[in-house]
Amino acid sequence: MSYLFAHPLHVAALGAAHLALVATALAAALAIALPLGLVLARREHASNLVLGVLGAIYTIPSLALLAVLVELIGLGSAPIFVALVAYAQFVLVRNVIAGVRGVDPAQRDAALGMGMSAVQRTWRVIVPQALPVVVGGVRVAAVAMVALATLGGYVGAGGLGSLIFIGFTIHHTDEIVAGSVAACALAIAIDGSLRLLERLVRVN
Amino acid sequence: MSGAAIHLSGVRATYSNSTRPAIDAIDLDVQPGEFIALVGPSGCGKSTLLRTINRLVPIEAGRIEFDGTDIAGLDPVAMRRTIGYAIQAVGLFAHMDVAANVGVVPSLLGWDRAAIDARVDEMLELARLDPRQYRHRRPHELSGGEAQRVGVARALAARPRALLMDEPFGALDAIVRRELQHELHDIVRGAGTTTLFVTHDVNESLLLADRIAVMNAGRIEQCATPLEVLADPANEHVRDLFADDAAVAKLRERAKHG
Repeated sequence: MSYLFAHPLHVAALGAAHLALVATALAAALAIALPLGLVLARREHASNLVLGVLGAIYTIPSLALLAVLVELIGLGSAPIFVALVAYAQFVLVRNVIAGVRGVDPAQRDAALGMGMSAVQRTWRVIVPQALPVVVGGVRVAAVAMVALATLGGYVGAGGLGSLIFIGFTIHHTDEIVAGSVAACALAIAIDGSLRLLERLVRVN
Repeated sequence: MSGAAIHLSGVRATYSNSTRPAIDAIDLDVQPGEFIALVGPSGCGKSTLLRTINRLVPIEAGRIEFDGTDIAGLDPVAMRRTIGYAIQAVGLFAHMDVAANVGVVPSLLGWDRAAIDARVDEMLELARLDPRQYRHRRPHELSGGEAQRVGVARALAARPRALLMDEPFGALDAIVRRELQHELHDIVRGAGTTTLFVTHDVNESLLLADRIAVMNAGRIEQCATPLEVLADPANEHVRDLFADDAAVAKLRERAKHG
């Protein structure tokens, strides 16, 4: 722990870079998963197919996927960014679909029968009702992404992973511990804030 | 505001998962302000018939007119905002409070905030729910009877010219149902709203309706006043549906002998 206390600002800066990487990857992942999930929610066959593919991606060992991505797009933050977005899809899309399908049929019928347009039904009824389930998925994905993003240290993407990999290379346990503890703290903080958000958007 | 005239002729509708029409050869003339009950056994097509009127179920033959206008030529979304809709499962929006639920259609129609607030209070009072107490409650904080009162208030909030109700009181206990039946009667009579009301409770239809449309296997077998349906049933099925007890037998005897 001495490294952490000796260089708190350095660790904090790496933590901020780590958070930025996770946050942008999460935003990109949601930009794909939200529309995809909304569309797939009403298509039984297509949703099974897509979830099967996303589930298969989810099972690829992360180190192997990262190696392939580095071959394809080179070093830096790009490969880890793509890996994060790809891994998050399974949990995010699955939860968007579950959230949308979980909307009470009577409320859908009432919304349609009272004269809401398709856009109004989506924004005024389906999205608010599905939101708690979607945020639950975001929470699970975000925590996993914080851990996964440490692999970025291996490919030159910076973040807390770089501390861990430097420590690994030069046999300094202290730096490994500092990077790991900071990553855990970040994951716990994100989990806590998203848990709060989940409570805020709860329907009942 | 007066109720709308609704005219159906030769209406047929078939669900995509079936080859047999759910309703067929439906002719029905509903006068402005009239209260029509649609009764019949489960699967007879009464709910389907109701849902063709606000175009939740598309028709494949025939014609439905709303105040003389063929509804096929109207924008379904705009048209639905002029027709109240209440269902057994109520379908109150769980993420909105009571006031927002009652104000849904007025807000879709672009009423201003003050007009919506005033109308919400008016509707809650009409539904015998104290606005101060109920405005900000969430649907999960309401009893079944209270939720259905809010459902009726919501259906009528935008002063619709017609009201479609699909077994609105079907899930309530007998005492609450009776109370709501009487109140609904007063409310829609007061407003002069043309009402179509689906029920499988024949007593409910006798109590509320100007005319009862008795349905079976997708067709209307008789459409007449409660007295006529009781005294002079069109066929065995109609006779069976309305309990053949002593009082009804006497009524039939009386009708026969003038």
